[in-house]
Amino acid sequence: MFKNLLDWIEYRIPMMRVANMHAIQYPAPKNMNFWYVFGFLATIVLVNQIVTGIWLTMNFVPSAEGAFASVEYIMRDVEYGWLLRYMHSTGASAFFVVVYLHMFRGMIYGSYQKPRELLWLFGMFIYLALMAEAFMGYVLPWGQMSYWGAQVIVSLFSAIPVIGPGLVEWIQGDFVISGATLNRFFALHVIALPLVIVILVFLHIVALHEVGSNNPDGIEVKRPKGSLKEEEKTKFEMHEYYTKKYDIIDDVVPFFPHIVLKDLVAFSVFLAFFSYVLFFNPEMWGKFLEHPNFEIANPLKTPEHIFPVWYFTPFYAILKAVPNKLLGVIAMFAAIAALALLPWLDRGKVRSWRYRSGLHKWNLIVFAIVFIFLGYLGGTPQANWKIIASQILTVMYFGFFGLLWLYSKNESTKPLPARITK
Amino acid sequence: MRKLILLVCLLVPGLASAAGSNFPLDRADYDLTDKASLQSGAQTFMNYCLGCHQMQYQRYQRTFKDLGIPDAIGEEYLQFTGDKVFDHIRNAMPVDSAKTWFGAPPPDLTLVARVRGADWLYTYLRTFYEDPSKPFGVNNKVFPDVGMPHVLQELQGLPRETTEEQLVDGEKVQRYVGIKTDGSGLLSESEYDKVVLDLVNFLVYTGEPVILEREALGKKVLFFILVLFIFVLLLKKEYWRDVH
Repeated sequence: MFKNLLDWIEYRIPMMRVANMHAIQYPAPKNMNFWYVFGFLATIVLVNQIVTGIWLTMNFVPSAEGAFASVEYIMRDVEYGWLLRYMHSTGASAFFVVVYLHMFRGMIYGSYQKPRELLWLFGMFIYLALMAEAFMGYVLPWGQMSYWGAQVIVSLFSAIPVIGPGLVEWIQGDFVISGATLNRFFALHVIALPLVIVILVFLHIVALHEVGSNNPDGIEVKRPKGSLKEEEKTKFEMHEYYTKKYDIIDDVVPFFPHIVLKDLVAFSVFLAFFSYVLFFNPEMWGKFLEHPNFEIANPLKTPEHIFPVWYFTPFYAILKAVPNKLLGVIAMFAAIAALALLPWLDRGKVRSWRYRSGLHKWNLIVFAIVFIFLGYLGGTPQANWKIIASQILTVMYFGFFGLLWLYSKNESTKPLPARITK
Repeated sequence: MRKLILLVCLLVPGLASAAGSNFPLDRADYDLTDKASLQSGAQTFMNYCLGCHQMQYQRYQRTFKDLGIPDAIGEEYLQFTGDKVFDHIRNAMPVDSAKTWFGAPPPDLTLVARVRGADWLYTYLRTFYEDPSKPFGVNNKVFPDVGMPHVLQELQGLPRETTEEQLVDGEKVQRYVGIKTDGSGLLSESEYDKVVLDLVNFLVYTGEPVILEREALGKKVLFFILVLFIFVLLLKKEYWRDVH
């Protein structure tokens, strides 16, 4: 009976074929370590944001007069409204935590290198869309930081010569940040950008499955057709889409159940951290929900310090490090563009840092430290030493890419193993 | 734009001075499970604060329920405005008049504990001191030049800064050592501190009425996740046993 139903469906739409190809019989390297769980976790957080977002939308009022009160209405009068709201606000920060780790994974194992350039680019577009999504979402509660944060970020566009001031007005839909701005940010936050993100995530996964997953050794598990002996091939049944084109070496596991179970272990650890924050520290000491944002937006009262939320602070520090506003904005966008250009800035042929030079390892570690420290500088009150520090760190940030470009051409690398190591 | 904002801040009294000071804060040792303390805080709020400050996001009925006060008793002893029990906690002060009287309308206090923090509130309400140069005759240590009179003076008495002569590097200097009241208040110093602590407790509660519910649910959720983790881990190990 059930089989008949499945056959009936399969005859009309390739449900099982697609599921088999992408979610069950997809060959994944068996040595994918904990760095490889963040893509899965990002997908989970995306689903969380969409589902809680839908329910929040049911009670949120997107107007300057009603937004702040409606959030408090959700917190007090809506059944489990506080849970939905905290799941959404904690999810926003969790999204960036897992995405940053996901990106760093790509950097240390060279997952952006040929043939995964487009995969990396789709990822960068997701990251950009995510930043826009998060920024607009933060404006919606219409607290002091929502308002003044929007003021700072939107006014960045005024630095663009000639069209700047007109562009700002066009973005705001008003001469100042106002209810009109809130309303359009709401539209973009709940429909336009989520749609873009979901489509990009779809493309990201399609591209991933076309080129196959990288792994900590950075060597291919898909070999040319006919190059492997029968006993060297994987014993697991993989989808014919992959086995027709390639010989797949015996170092892979099927996505289901092996990778899914591994991801679920990571998921339950992630869920523990997530729930700890959600239930016991939703403000995260003012980092996830900033204290001034519990005060309604007041255009006549500037908060003592204006910071973007933590996930933007590294780029905010770069912006502030440059004395000229236009150059600062350019530097900030260049910092993101440099990441997107990694597949071409890195001229090396060896992917994983396991088999690359010591210089490369140090370059990556220093880059991570610089990024975190920039985040600290961009998220704490201004001081003189911090301006100089952020200038030095900005140079170091771009230095990572320059150095990489220089040494990767003739880098001394270790020999790659023939088979995946444990 | 920045100049415009600065100009506006300078022109509107009471706004420019909203910045904080570095005065060391006392720790507010509040306890959200202490219903008696919360009830006392609610009573202080309704009697002394609500005249000027609203709690426009919090309802009477919800407050009574969470604090263990029967509606009828709450309506009789804590509800002075003629609102219904399911209404939000509001007053009738016209915003325009408030601006004239205080320079800025008194802020809504529903979420003040989340904006300022409990320690700040606890210290703020205990560090008013006599300052005849100010419009209301008092100033404040944590919020210098605050546009608010010392509403709890009836309870605390008139607080004065006290200084002590101290030797610093061999020189005699007058040093601020704290605030002492003139004893004209209804309460002793420790009684006053307790009243303020209860009020802060109440404000922490109204800032986020679900704190206790949230943490209780959180413990159950974390326990569930632990169980889930164990089973998922065992299942994963079972499936991966033959892989390596």
